Amino acid sequence: MPILNRRTSKNVAKERLKLVLIHDRANCSPEILEMIKTDIIKVITKYMDIDESGLDISIGNAESDYSDNKVPALYANIPIRNLNKTKSS
Amino acid sequence: MSEVIVITSGKGGVGKTTTTANIGAGLALLGKKVVLIDADIGLRNLDVVMGLENRIVYNVIDVVEGSCRLKQALIKDKRFDNLYLLPAAQTRDKSAITPQQMRKLCSGLKEEYDYVLIDCPAGIEQGFKNAIAGADKAIVVTTPEVSAIRDADRIIGLLEANELRNPSLIVNRIRTQMVKRGDMLSIDDVVDVLAVHLIGAIPDDEQIVISTNNGDPIVGTQSVLSGKAFTNICKRILGEDVPFIDLHSPKGFISRLKNMIKFGNS
Repeated sequence: MPILNRRTSKNVAKERLKLVLIHDRANCSPEILEMIKTDIIKVITKYMDIDESGLDISIGNAESDYSDNKVPALYANIPIRNLNKTKSS
Repeated sequence: MSEVIVITSGKGGVGKTTTTANIGAGLALLGKKVVLIDADIGLRNLDVVMGLENRIVYNVIDVVEGSCRLKQALIKDKRFDNLYLLPAAQTRDKSAITPQQMRKLCSGLKEEYDYVLIDCPAGIEQGFKNAIAGADKAIVVTTPEVSAIRDADRIIGLLEANELRNPSLIVNRIRTQMVKRGDMLSIDDVVDVLAVHLIGAIPDDEQIVISTNNGDPIVGTQSVLSGKAFTNICKRILGEDVPFIDLHSPKGFISRLKNMIKFGNS
């Protein structure tokens, strides 16, 4: 029996499939993700000083609040460089 | 109540036609009146898989164009009571028929048959749209490969967009030894990824190749694992609660007996 989480070709296939299907189902190409990223940077830099090169945005799975199934979710990891860049003016 | 079921997959070569032939023959063996429609206009194959290729006079396009009556185009399978085939045209293309015409054809056939099974062409274009137009239910066939599963997922989405919700899944060509080694997705893996209801799992079986060579459906042959798996699918379509065959002991009784003898000797 294959040991759990061993990197069998089956596990590789399943992981690849899950990712491909998330993108297929969301109808979301890497280009669109890139566009979302640019827009998010535009909005947030209005209020905070963020590390643009460290910004990571991806589509993944999340637990649903309404059912037992996993649902696709948009993840954004946005490192803040300086919180005190409050543009009050 | 009559039902129109479309058998589809997205990807070609996963076993739609073989599945259609065997489910059709299986339902007929269980006493239902069944008609199979080959919707793969231009690339017909259900006739050869069924072994009825020499008896085609008219086809589905002749029927919708009014060149013949429906009764004239239907081929009765002499080996099974109440099994009929409506073959596709070979010299025409997918545009020779419209979704409206398919809908009308299906509703007409429903009045006389318990089950109308439609063998859908591969792809998501016109042929697919025609094939699903008159259907009440869908069965999606896939194999445990990334390409087939990805296409199946896309098809499931398109079916849902066309009001064909909750399709049933058949996982075809499972190779137990490879699954055991961790080199092939298991039935559970496929169901987990696609998140649809499983109606059957067919082992990869040399006997299916032989049965297709002979033009003789395998479904009645209970001694062959794949034949039994098809019978079980038919029973599930009829609403019976049939347990899934344990594909992991493919030799069944004999191998278990051998193991017992070995155990006794040691």
